[in-house]
Amino acid sequence: MSFKSTLRAATALSLITASSAFADGHSATITIATVNNGDMIRMQGYTDQFTAESGIAVEWVTLEENVLRQRVTTDITTNGGQFDIMTIGMYETPIWGANEWLVPLDDLSAEYDAGDILPAMAGGLSHEGTLFAAPFYGESSMIMYRTDLMEAAGLEMPTAPSWAFIANAAREMTDRDADINGICLRGKAGWGEGGAFITAMSNSFGARWFDEEWNAQFDTREWSDTLNFFKNMMDDSGPAGYATNGFNENLSLFNQGKCGMWIDATVAASFVTGDDSTVADSVGFALAPDNGMGKRSNWLWAWALAIPAGTQQVDEAKTFIEWATGKGYIDLVAANEGWANVPPGARTSLYENPNYQAVPFAQMTLDSILSADPTDSTVDPSPYVGIQFAAIPEFAGIASEVSQEFSAAYAGQQTIDEALAKAQAITNEAMEAAGYR
Amino acid sequence: MATKASRSAARLMMAPAVILLLGWMLVPLTMTVWFSFRTYLPLRGGDQGWTGFDNYVRFVTSSSFWPAVTTTLIILGSVLVITIVLGVLLAILLDQPMWGQGVVRILVIAPFFVMPTVSALVWKNIFMDPTNGLFSHLWRLFGAEPVSWLSDAAIPSIVMIVSWQWLPFATLILLTAIQSLDSEQLEAAEMDGASPLSRFAYITLPHLGRAITIVVLIQTIFLLAIFAEIFVTTGGAFGTRTLSYLIFQRVLESQNIGLGSAGGVYAIILANIVALFLMRIVGKNLDN
Amino acid sequence: MARAVTTQRKAINTTFAWIIGLLIFFPILWTILTSFKTEAQAISDPPIFLFFDWTTENYSTVMERSNYGRFLWNSIIIAGGSTILGIMIAIPAAWSMAFVPSRRTKDILLWMLSTKMLPAVGVLYPIYLLFIQLGLLDNVYGLTFILMLINLPIIVWMLYTYFREIPAEILEAARMDGAGLKSEILYVLTPMAIPGIASTLLLNFILAWNEAFWTLNLTAAQAAPLTAFIASYSSPEGLFYAKLSAASTMAIAPILIMGWFSQKQLVRGLTFGAVK
Repeated sequence: MSFKSTLRAATALSLITASSAFADGHSATITIATVNNGDMIRMQGYTDQFTAESGIAVEWVTLEENVLRQRVTTDITTNGGQFDIMTIGMYETPIWGANEWLVPLDDLSAEYDAGDILPAMAGGLSHEGTLFAAPFYGESSMIMYRTDLMEAAGLEMPTAPSWAFIANAAREMTDRDADINGICLRGKAGWGEGGAFITAMSNSFGARWFDEEWNAQFDTREWSDTLNFFKNMMDDSGPAGYATNGFNENLSLFNQGKCGMWIDATVAASFVTGDDSTVADSVGFALAPDNGMGKRSNWLWAWALAIPAGTQQVDEAKTFIEWATGKGYIDLVAANEGWANVPPGARTSLYENPNYQAVPFAQMTLDSILSADPTDSTVDPSPYVGIQFAAIPEFAGIASEVSQEFSAAYAGQQTIDEALAKAQAITNEAMEAAGYR
Repeated sequence: MATKASRSAARLMMAPAVILLLGWMLVPLTMTVWFSFRTYLPLRGGDQGWTGFDNYVRFVTSSSFWPAVTTTLIILGSVLVITIVLGVLLAILLDQPMWGQGVVRILVIAPFFVMPTVSALVWKNIFMDPTNGLFSHLWRLFGAEPVSWLSDAAIPSIVMIVSWQWLPFATLILLTAIQSLDSEQLEAAEMDGASPLSRFAYITLPHLGRAITIVVLIQTIFLLAIFAEIFVTTGGAFGTRTLSYLIFQRVLESQNIGLGSAGGVYAIILANIVALFLMRIVGKNLDN
Repeated sequence: MARAVTTQRKAINTTFAWIIGLLIFFPILWTILTSFKTEAQAISDPPIFLFFDWTTENYSTVMERSNYGRFLWNSIIIAGGSTILGIMIAIPAAWSMAFVPSRRTKDILLWMLSTKMLPAVGVLYPIYLLFIQLGLLDNVYGLTFILMLINLPIIVWMLYTYFREIPAEILEAARMDGAGLKSEILYVLTPMAIPGIASTLLLNFILAWNEAFWTLNLTAAQAAPLTAFIASYSSPEGLFYAKLSAASTMAIAPILIMGWFSQKQLVRGLTFGAVK
């Protein structure tokens, strides 16, 4: 070993002690943790403009959704102070806000016009009336379908179809030889993936996660109906290996022309009609299906920017949030990439803009968002808020495991009854551990 | 032999390594044990006090515990068997005279340099994806129905990915050992009319005993901790939840530090049982 | 080699070994090839092996999106620093275990290895809290230190087995000539053990480079190495095989190239005392 490397290592060692001073060296740089979704990647591309306008430099930490959740949750619960802005969703925001881990966003500038945020979004990102995260984009879910295949099957999509219609249409559109699956849906394990879909779907079948005493409800007819319906439909007309397909997998299948219908996030509408899609010219939209029980199967979600209470740079972070979630950013993207590519679902004014109203999926997105009510999502009364989730801290952990059991059932490794029995046990176990029961 | 002075010097020289590792073991371990006796729910106001052995009881009585232990051992055992059997065969092959031996060796050791995250991502998407993966293309080319690897054969798929990563390591160690084998002994046996199979069974294999032990020991240490491969491919679904993945779910997904810490203590105990078992064999083998 | 080998047999060996070698290497080769395809060609059925429109577009996309240079630099610092630091601490320890063994030497060695079995997830919270207190989060030196501790047992073990193969008489001869302990280690032992040290260095550099749990969880922007770089390319929206391949190639290329150039050194010392 050379003298040089010895010296270098020794320097490293001595710097360990000096490092705390080292870390505070930058004053006008904010660090933002975000998810690697298309709209966020696009926003990163415009960061230079923000820096030029405000003099604030931005460091991006872009991570895949699961890694991001793990990373920001560790940091927020330990008050680690690693990030000045975190990208979180409708599930985390009220819980973290209640714990006072987030900086309230109640003093944003008049120019920002917080009142313009869609009430459904603002409601889901608040705790006791105080906004804790500003929506970058918001979404519900809806049906995206191939108009050409629908026509070839001799069917016509109603604007508000039922599950029976969808299942039938899926079977009609399926053509295994041509590699066309009638319907593509999420079956992937994970509460934000297949778990979100099946929970939203179960609402339309009259199922719920908990009764009013926080008892798990997986032993009910409604849940068994939901899963059986889902699995039968997917086995008949879904793609191979749907038990591992999530949003991205289905998006790629749909764009390759391998799906007749796809029920998923409304933000996907701009992707399936965009440049990467081989079927962009023949996509239609409809409301997520129902079962005649008064609840549809669409969810409500927003990816939002929040400021952790541990940051030293609240003002800089707020400046960024006003820039990224404000009206100016929407105009910026519209001017450069067209109205179809602006972040959707966050602001009322966007849907009043005639330019945006001309975008084919705009109205259906708005209708879907407006028809979703997190405070009244189930047919029978339930004690929780949230459509595709229950806004309690334990839900993410429980639903991850429950959705793993469901995925195993989709893959045929256990029966639906077995999966539901396990889900029931897992949920009650965890609720007991958390002191609910 | 060593004098008293050199012995105390030796102690002094060992001190930094021992103290550092002692610290590395004790500090987190003490904290883990401490947390494991408490109700610690960061999302519900943090540390809520002493709870005795509740977490320990809850962790083992959970319906996920024993399947997780079994999965851990199945993955560990399968990867060990595959890497060692294939490693021995590969080492024997690479020991034979051939053209371009150096290049072949480079090809064979390459997977060892690939980071687990990358290898899991590449296998999952580019190879095993049931629609666009290379395997699905191949299957269709031969008129077969593509396999949904990561759902229908989840554990074998993960075993395969991990084995691919660790085969080079086993091969290299075994190859070094084979190269040190006295070729005259083999020739003598050959002249006595011993078949290639019995030469392998009675000369080569016993000679490799020590090397195999080392491979088992080192690989076990790393395999008990595999995480990225499962996190990326199945996220613990389809029966691939190992003990360390279960702890991950308790700590990070459920945000129950107390319960997760109790799981951590169990994992340490399991690791030490496996270790003790291994040390017995290794210790015996290393003395000879 | 005493035995005469027929050309025919050599040819069979060669063919066989090359087929297996290429089979094992194929996933890496395919990834590299895919990184030069367009997204559409990356998933085309039937797959295209070589005759596609080669493009470097994926690489420019990746370079545009992430600060690859900084990730790479952090990886080098963290992997290199932790390895060198580890070796400096391990050499004296391995020396004393190999040349002044006591009854407990083997126990200590095995205990050291057993510290590696601590499940990382189980101690994430304690370490995270500790790092907050010490201000070491998102800090290359903090990460270097952790990775050094993780790999220290392996380093000590490798050096120990290597030192043990050096005849003690040589050291004693040096001692007779009046060499002190320091010069004994520096001028007699270390030069003789260069192959072992080199191989230890290489192996641990690889292990530290590929470590993906601590490097991901203890960093944000400043200290993030290539393992964090790759975490932003897994399953983004839309087609991504070609971009994923490009990012993967960029993450593994430095270590792959280094490994290939130094594989002789790596192999020579990678015995863990297996040959005895």
